[in-house]
Amino acid sequence: MIKTLYARLKQGYRTMPFPVKADALPNRFLGRPYLSANLSPADFQQCKQVCPTKAIAGSEANFSLDLGKCLFCGECQKISQNKAIVFSKEYRLARSERKSLVLSNQPDMAEQRIKKKINNIFGRSLKLRQVSAGGCNACELDINVLNTPGFDLARFGIQFVASPRHADGIVLTGPVTKNMQLALEKTYKAIPSPKLVIAVGACAISGGAYIDHPEANNGIDALIPVDLYIPGCPPHPLTILDGLLSLIKC
Amino acid sequence: MPGRILKMHNCQARLLADIPEMSFTEFRDMSINQIQKGARVVSFFGCLDENKSIRLMMILAYDKQGYLTAFSTIVKDAYDSLTLQIPQVNRFEREIFEQWGVCPKGHPWLKPIRPQQTLNNNLDNFPGKENIPLVSDFFKIKGEEIHEVAVGPVHAGIIEPGHFRFQCHGEEVFHLEISLGYQHRGIEKALINGPDKRTIHYMETAAGDTTIGHALAYCQAIEGLADCAVPLRASALRAVMLELERLANHTGDLGALANDVGYLPTAAYCGRLRGDFLNLTAFICGNRFGRNMLRPGGVRFDLTDSMINEAKQRLIKTFEDVSNAVSLLWDSSLVADRFDDTGSLSQKTALDLGLVGISARACGIEQDIRFDFPTGIFKFSQIPISTHSSGDVFARAFVRWLEIQRSVKFILDQLNKLPEGEIMAAVPLLKPKNIAVSLVEGWRGEICHVVITDINGNIRQYKIVDPSFHNWLGLAIALRGEEISDFPICNKSFSLSYCGHDL
Ligand code: SF4
Repeated sequence: MIKTLYARLKQGYRTMPFPVKADALPNRFLGRPYLSANLSPADFQQCKQVCPTKAIAGSEANFSLDLGKCLFCGECQKISQNKAIVFSKEYRLARSERKSLVLSNQPDMAEQRIKKKINNIFGRSLKLRQVSAGGCNACELDINVLNTPGFDLARFGIQFVASPRHADGIVLTGPVTKNMQLALEKTYKAIPSPKLVIAVGACAISGGAYIDHPEANNGIDALIPVDLYIPGCPPHPLTILDGLLSLIKC
Repeated sequence: MPGRILKMHNCQARLLADIPEMSFTEFRDMSINQIQKGARVVSFFGCLDENKSIRLMMILAYDKQGYLTAFSTIVKDAYDSLTLQIPQVNRFEREIFEQWGVCPKGHPWLKPIRPQQTLNNNLDNFPGKENIPLVSDFFKIKGEEIHEVAVGPVHAGIIEPGHFRFQCHGEEVFHLEISLGYQHRGIEKALINGPDKRTIHYMETAAGDTTIGHALAYCQAIEGLADCAVPLRASALRAVMLELERLANHTGDLGALANDVGYLPTAAYCGRLRGDFLNLTAFICGNRFGRNMLRPGGVRFDLTDSMINEAKQRLIKTFEDVSNAVSLLWDSSLVADRFDDTGSLSQKTALDLGLVGISARACGIEQDIRFDFPTGIFKFSQIPISTHSSGDVFARAFVRWLEIQRSVKFILDQLNKLPEGEIMAAVPLLKPKNIAVSLVEGWRGEICHVVITDINGNIRQYKIVDPSFHNWLGLAIALRGEEISDFPICNKSFSLSYCGHDL
């Protein structure tokens, strides 16, 4: 008993503040990419060619990077000598519209992050049900980690619940494999309306590395309407936390 | 016959033509014979020959001698099942059945393990092709007081999908059948004709918690097939990443085990400390799971001297806290009561089922790829094998703790004497018509990748065996005679991968 208490003292209070300071993320972390407005055709072609998921599209004058497809592998940043694409440490990547995930090199495109209307329905309490449909367990683990004392998701009023009947929404990971599609649809139906759908990770948003596999769908988009997209492969827990918090009143 | 054994080393490329081909009777006798002599099945799969016939390929490991062997036989649409003589091939035979439509006649439980499209394009109306996992028969026990419990595929926690069907008598579990396949994404099929720019991402997401393990198995196989020498510094950094992955997962699992028996202090501390190991991984490569670190030829990120110092300090500090958190576990009588004699497996059962990794070592089996089949820096720096003999939840937890201590020491050693030099070498073209077997001791256990190249040096077939593939049946057997309420801790003590199994 004494030892347990002593351990409690030693381990200390470890819950981190949120929002975090910039140094909470490692230096080599890849967050929001920025695209150069000024490129040679060769630069652009190089980036486009190394991308494993065809996240980069358009032409050198008007090119785009789809965060929903991006695996944050950094190959494009590495190959481009003229800084065509540069990744920042900005971890707040969640968007409510699929099209806002497509970043452009055109400076005047106003970037819309989150629609606020959802706030009013769920107020300060959000109960979510997680379903993995072909997720590789990285997204799942980095959602789960929000329940540890470091992030302490419950302090914000968000909880992951065991039954879809108790949930306000679904947090989906994975490209939605054909073998799991039925179970996902049943879970979705079991949630009382109004309900939210949150797609976490490149797979859930676009199929990710599994785009166009016959064994899976290209994410959840074509199956169920999505309210929030949280990109990454997997997204950093802080990215997920920021996304979830955007849905409630803080 | 013994003269025909072809010795292969871990990651060594061999001409496909050198793999002995024999009649099915010889193949069967050879398999049974070698298993009796102490060999172990690391992989058993079908592949398509150039003349379109189906070849069954058996890969065996001799752990004590440190070499592998392969032999093969050509089959048509059926052969006599080997499962009754060699129980460890049971799942492999079911896989061959669903991937190639080749029936192992007399298999005791022939149903799809992960419903999928066949790899054999000539087969249109293959039986199990359209099956979804739940729509198939389960083993049933009948009787007035028997009841059935079905769990999944959607579980209560944040976890991957799988279906568990228990046959119970009151609280006691008579039989558990585990039905998987929900996570099947078609990885092996997509790898054919590679490697290409997506290949490494399949590897890194085959089982996301084993990103480094699978990526390493892939890189080593490719380097073997290309005769590429990886710089020593890269080799050491890879091993550091592999051990960090082990530390994060073992720490997380010890926390989760504590949580499952209601011992919250360790659960809370380990949950956070697991994150510290992941953050250390991200400190090195930017990603908490080690994504983007490994590529064929070496690694993508180097460490500066000041980073090495910081990494060492963080590791020492985290290890101190882990020691403190885990020691609470061993002192608690509540924990001992739940861990001891729960979910026990005998060493014989473990050997028969061909269990690997922690689950095998917890039954006193000395088997560890890092020691028996070392590659890279493990050839020069050995990690002793950690075992315990009781085969129960306690043993699986305790082996993790032993491994944590040894991995920390290993990483510190590596960081203290990190070889100088490059971190990436150019990778030449792959040798055509070759085969390489690559083994890595991932945190769960043995990861096996077998790569066969075609006439142009592209991948003709890629076979992945995640340790979970061997071990899921171990969990099912361990549950027999246990109370159903002990399922969560038994499950956690094995901590198996769904997507690694389903691919
Ligand atoms: S970082 Fe994203 S956009 Fe760039 S190459 Fe990788 S997946 Fe493509």
